Amino acid sequence: MQAVTVTAEGGEGGFWATAAPIIPHPLEFFFGLACFAILYYIVAKMVVPRLEQIYAERTAAIEGGMNKAVEAQAQAQAALEQYQAQLVDARAEASRIREDAKAQGAQIIAEMREQAAAEAARITETAHKQIEAERQQAVVSLRNDVGRISTDLASRIVGESLHEETRQKGIVERFLAELESGDVVREKVGTPTSSEGDA
Amino acid sequence: MSIVATVAPADYTPPGIEEFWQPLFGTDGPLAITRPMLLMALSVILVAWWLLATTRKKAVLPGRGQMGTEAIYGIVRNGIAKDLIGSREFMRFVPLLFTLFVVILTNNFFGVIPPMSFPTMSRIGFPIALSLIVWVVFHVVGMKKHGFIGYWKSLVPSGLPKAMVPFIFFLELITDLFTRPVTLALRLFGNMFAGHILIVLFITGGWYMLTSGGVLVIAGGVTWIFAFVMTLFELLVEFLQAYVFTLLAALYIAGAVADEH
Repeated sequence: MQAVTVTAEGGEGGFWATAAPIIPHPLEFFFGLACFAILYYIVAKMVVPRLEQIYAERTAAIEGGMNKAVEAQAQAQAALEQYQAQLVDARAEASRIREDAKAQGAQIIAEMREQAAAEAARITETAHKQIEAERQQAVVSLRNDVGRISTDLASRIVGESLHEETRQKGIVERFLAELESGDVVREKVGTPTSSEGDA
Repeated sequence: MSIVATVAPADYTPPGIEEFWQPLFGTDGPLAITRPMLLMALSVILVAWWLLATTRKKAVLPGRGQMGTEAIYGIVRNGIAKDLIGSREFMRFVPLLFTLFVVILTNNFFGVIPPMSFPTMSRIGFPIALSLIVWVVFHVVGMKKHGFIGYWKSLVPSGLPKAMVPFIFFLELITDLFTRPVTLALRLFGNMFAGHILIVLFITGGWYMLTSGGVLVIAGGVTWIFAFVMTLFELLVEFLQAYVFTLLAALYIAGAVADEH
């Protein structure tokens, strides 16, 4: 080859200028290998690890984001369920309170009614008693009056005062008692009864 | 090329293979420092700086730069490595495939981006270097997986008639040892070489016609429009070749680590 180069160099440009293009130039070949080796080293040691790290981090970030979303959804679902449960509880509570209030109201009304009835009964009784007392009073008063008037009348008819005697002998009382017991025997005027005869 | 030479006037020299020999700093011979070497070094510096700068923050919500890096990384990691090699074993090959892709892509784009304007991979030394790496890797991982004998056995599909086995083994051996690495390198080299020479031809030829005067000026203008269109097309080819190289590398590795052929 050296000989060829030397002879070619005798011409224009030397051997390499006119050599067939598929003959590799030695230094270019080795230089190409060296350059590739250097770049390969940089790529393998630094660039690819960095890019793989970026890939991994991005994948992790996306998966993390998705996990977060799923978690948030679960939390929202849980909150919704809790809220609904609370709502149901609250409804039940409200309903129970309403029922209680109704029952209490009915009870109160019943009690009040009972109290009112008792009060009414008491008032009625008091009134009865008062009336009775007044009636007794009236009866006593009337009895006195009737006795006195009858005695007055009888005195006038008989012409003498019987007051002393009647008081002493209780004729009027006895008479009225007889009246009440219904033992009075109607007598003909002029014929004195046995009791009168006794008096 | 002879047609071009006869049609073109005597003082126009169409671009040839000497276009690709660009030694620098007065060096020459097999140890010359050449322009594509400089571009290769530049690409490594640029790519390393870009990748390190955009991944420095390791942000979960990426900025524009990190998003771009992640998009390219995603193409190689998920679109190529994971799909072809399988989710169990792909991760240890991702650095290799990613480096291959970004190195080839950057150097290919250098072919149409001034002031680089030279596709590194049009110098076959570089594609051969990359193919050699892939070749070594897929053989080594295959032998690690199946054992030395088991690897060669795994080249032949099971259930084949006994008489066919030597023949198929021979074919597979040639494919495995020779065809795959050579085509991998030549495909990349050929595309970049042809694309570059085509663009150079359109631009220099167009320039020659534009400066010749007369009717040729119009032809020159049309040629430059074509040069522009070719440049756009070349961008597509450059991306595709980087992608195909990485894809095939992944495919070969996948074949080597697969449980059954």
